[in-house]
Amino acid sequence: MSHPSLSPRRSLAALTLLIAAWLTACSNVAASAPSGSGESTVLSIVGYAVPAEANARIAEAWQQTPDGQDVTFETSYGASGDQSRNVLNGQPADYVHFSVESDVTRLVDGGLVSPDWKSGPNKGVVSTSVVVLAVRPGNPLGIKGWDDLIKPGVEIVTPNPASSGAARWNILAAWAHIAANGGSDAEATDFLKKLLGNAVALPGSGRDATTAFTSGTGDVFITYENEAILARQSGADFDYIVPDDTLLIENPGTVLIDAKPAATQWLDFVLSDQAQEIFGETGFRPLNGKAPARVEGANDPESPFPQPQRLYTIANDFGSWEELSKTFFAEQTGIVTQLLAELGKS
Amino acid sequence: MTGTALAPAPVIRDEVIVEPAPTAIRSVRAQPRYHRRLTAASGLGLGVAVLWLSLLVLIPLAAVVGTAVAGGPGAFWAALTAPQTLNAIGLTVAVAAGIALLNAVMGTIIAWVLVRDRFWGRGVLNVVIDIPFAMPTIVAGLVLLSLYGPRSPIGVNIANTRMSVALAIAFVTLPFVVRTVMPVLEELELDVEEAASSLGASSWVTFRRIVLPSLAPAITSGVALSFARGISEYGSLVLLTGNMPNRTEVVSVRVLSHIENGELGSAAAIATGMLVIALAVLATLDLVQRKAARHDS
Repeated sequence: MSHPSLSPRRSLAALTLLIAAWLTACSNVAASAPSGSGESTVLSIVGYAVPAEANARIAEAWQQTPDGQDVTFETSYGASGDQSRNVLNGQPADYVHFSVESDVTRLVDGGLVSPDWKSGPNKGVVSTSVVVLAVRPGNPLGIKGWDDLIKPGVEIVTPNPASSGAARWNILAAWAHIAANGGSDAEATDFLKKLLGNAVALPGSGRDATTAFTSGTGDVFITYENEAILARQSGADFDYIVPDDTLLIENPGTVLIDAKPAATQWLDFVLSDQAQEIFGETGFRPLNGKAPARVEGANDPESPFPQPQRLYTIANDFGSWEELSKTFFAEQTGIVTQLLAELGKS
Repeated sequence: MTGTALAPAPVIRDEVIVEPAPTAIRSVRAQPRYHRRLTAASGLGLGVAVLWLSLLVLIPLAAVVGTAVAGGPGAFWAALTAPQTLNAIGLTVAVAAGIALLNAVMGTIIAWVLVRDRFWGRGVLNVVIDIPFAMPTIVAGLVLLSLYGPRSPIGVNIANTRMSVALAIAFVTLPFVVRTVMPVLEELELDVEEAASSLGASSWVTFRRIVLPSLAPAITSGVALSFARGISEYGSLVLLTGNMPNRTEVVSVRVLSHIENGELGSAAAIATGMLVIALAVLATLDLVQRKAARHDS
């Protein structure tokens, strides 16, 4: 080669320097805080994917208040279980917002969250929703409630209750439909078996399932009301039905033991009427029961959150996440674990 | 072929006698020279290589195996042989192996076309080959779902079937054989093939007797990479295949389910099982390749 080039030794040295510089840069990312007024605080929010937009808008509103004006945010959103395990394994977090309580319990067990995190009036819950049934436009199959899901030929999409912790709300709602209405465990198990037998896809997460359904898979998609509303706000073309009886979804949020003091003020703001109204606008049911005047994407935007005749809760109908995790999802012995293991076998 | 043969003797093959072009074939198959004693520089090199490999691969692997056996042999075996898991392993390994073999054929054809033929758009095609490498796999799944799902514009719906598992794995492993074969094909000198055909060998015989033996090691390593990538695939599958237990569920989804449940031992047990399968397949491919090389010389 005749073109001028570095000697091998020099280029090796240059490469080494480059790698060293890059590694240094990588390790410094976490340490570098945005420069600004000296009092600036950075809060780390770690959460599951769905409330990302709501949290961003709530943060914006909070920054208009005296408490929040000097605070900036570092946010990380992903699958609820993954995010919880990341925090347990050292990802910095001041405030966490997960889909299911067991993801916070993991942090309590790890000594990162105070054991009395549920002692407040909100019992650790920062956002709520209900399980709903999304159907094709015009509801061609005439789906009204849970019993229609086990009719032969109805194709169901629901996120995989094994690999997605958040998806467990859906399967528990179906269980409660039988078990909380006087049915025996055997009858409820049989109902779940028929329902899962009609499943054509169990995508990896709630968002994956929404994508699969809006891409044409299945007739009915068991999902969360806020996810359905958010998808319709983004232009997805489907209808959804709030069954007469369904399960209340309660998403926990809390501050960590080592959190910066501003995190507690942030949590207070998240629970305020102002923040809950923002949750409402993105499809969550506000904790205070006051629905925003108008929620785009809801079946009836003027009356977005119809009250089901019967609303099951984890506390009333399942005891606690700890108990139900064992009963339904334990390795080998869990009811849902066993039903899934038998799927697809003739 | 031995490294000491400076002037290879003419090799007698079925139909033609060929003097191997020393640069072309030996550059591919000749044994590398090695030092019998480590010099200071090569000792340093070895040290860096082992340290780097340990930090990135060996120590994490040891941790996985350690977690897997921590629960005792009973738990390890139970996790690995649960019917749902066995079905997932069977499906994943069978599809990854089948697609790897398909890649051996299709990848070689694509490499051949890209190296030997000159046509309009060749440069573009050359870049397009790498897209499965560059694209986030979840995006690949999304694209495949919109093309071959229920709303397929071309009327092909294979979403949530086993075919979809094969399709996604074929997509993400496409570049491996192409990219391992192309440089070898570029190095091959045309003289040998011309000599063969001038001595009366048909183009098929020339390909089979002259070209293919030189390409075999590259194809084999491409197949190995493709298989290894296939059995570990997750992202492109979760949307497309529906993750139906015992039907379309792959191993990585089983592992993730165990992790979600906090059953780290079971997750590690399955990972260890897959590690053993992968090692067995890679070792077998290596043996086949060595045997073929010895047979050739």
